[in-house]
Amino acid sequence: MRLSPDQIILWQYGFLKLNGTIAFTWGLMAVLAFGSMLVTRKLSMDLKRSRWQNLLEIIVTGIEKQIADVGLRHPDKYIGFLGTLFLFIALASLCTIIPGYEPPTGSLSTTAALALCVLVAVPFFGIEEQGLGGYLKSYAEPTIIMLPFNIISELSRTLALAVRLFGNMMSGTMILAILLTTTPFIFPIAMSALGLLTGMVQAYIFSILAAVYIASATRARKPTLKPTAKH
Amino acid sequence: MDSMTLIAIASIVTAGLTIALGSIGPALGEGRAVATALSSLAQQPDAATTITRTLFVGLAMIESIAIYCFVVSMILIFANPFWNHVIAQAAGK
Repeated sequence: MRLSPDQIILWQYGFLKLNGTIAFTWGLMAVLAFGSMLVTRKLSMDLKRSRWQNLLEIIVTGIEKQIADVGLRHPDKYIGFLGTLFLFIALASLCTIIPGYEPPTGSLSTTAALALCVLVAVPFFGIEEQGLGGYLKSYAEPTIIMLPFNIISELSRTLALAVRLFGNMMSGTMILAILLTTTPFIFPIAMSALGLLTGMVQAYIFSILAAVYIASATRARKPTLKPTAKH
Repeated sequence: MDSMTLIAIASIVTAGLTIALGSIGPALGEGRAVATALSSLAQQPDAATTITRTLFVGLAMIESIAIYCFVVSMILIFANPFWNHVIAQAAGK
């Protein structure tokens, strides 16, 4: 039984392998990039606009609002990174309705790459916001004794991000494959509908967690800026 | 019993135990989290967005423990390194 689309080998030359994960990732990248290029080719500023522009505006403002709710003050600075994470994972799980497609996020290498991006982005945004010294000082935050634990938590949450997304996506396709052998007609459809829901929830959770980590890195030294109760 | 049978028995039984024992804790934890979130939603419907978002993030954190157990049991069943090693040795003979 196949655990991940890594094991679909499409093309091989020496040690160079083109497996299913890479091919599906390229396909998704092409859809996202060319789709948004086609839509943003002729943007209109007045009230009459195309339906695709409306769709993109809804998505972009929705993501911006979510990022702002987490506590990042300039969402347009982070939307390039967090929005791309969300859109990629969401499209990867949405496309499972296409027959023959397997989500590239069901491979541990893809999710590990995404989690490593978060691992790099957190100190990047943190240093940009509060300087190198301020960011490094946040590791020894309550006392210096917490230094190793803070570093361990940084690494373990990266592992958790990767394995959580991988486990959810892999379990979806795995359950489908097992159900297809036992009850082949109705149940797989219901389970794949449930898989669409978990895929969207996982995409939301991945990007929200990345936003929370970035938010905690960028304002660790400014306790006065904690959001007060708004309602 | 040769070592191959032993490895098969140990892997299958451990996979079942992993997912069985490993889902008890997260199940109890998620139930508590959802119950508390529901009662606070009933008390303060105004804070619904904040409560829901925090609930989702917390549920994902709790659920990841069950997912770790699931991944370990899947590895034990479908991609077992010890099993593959024994198979490779048997093929080499």
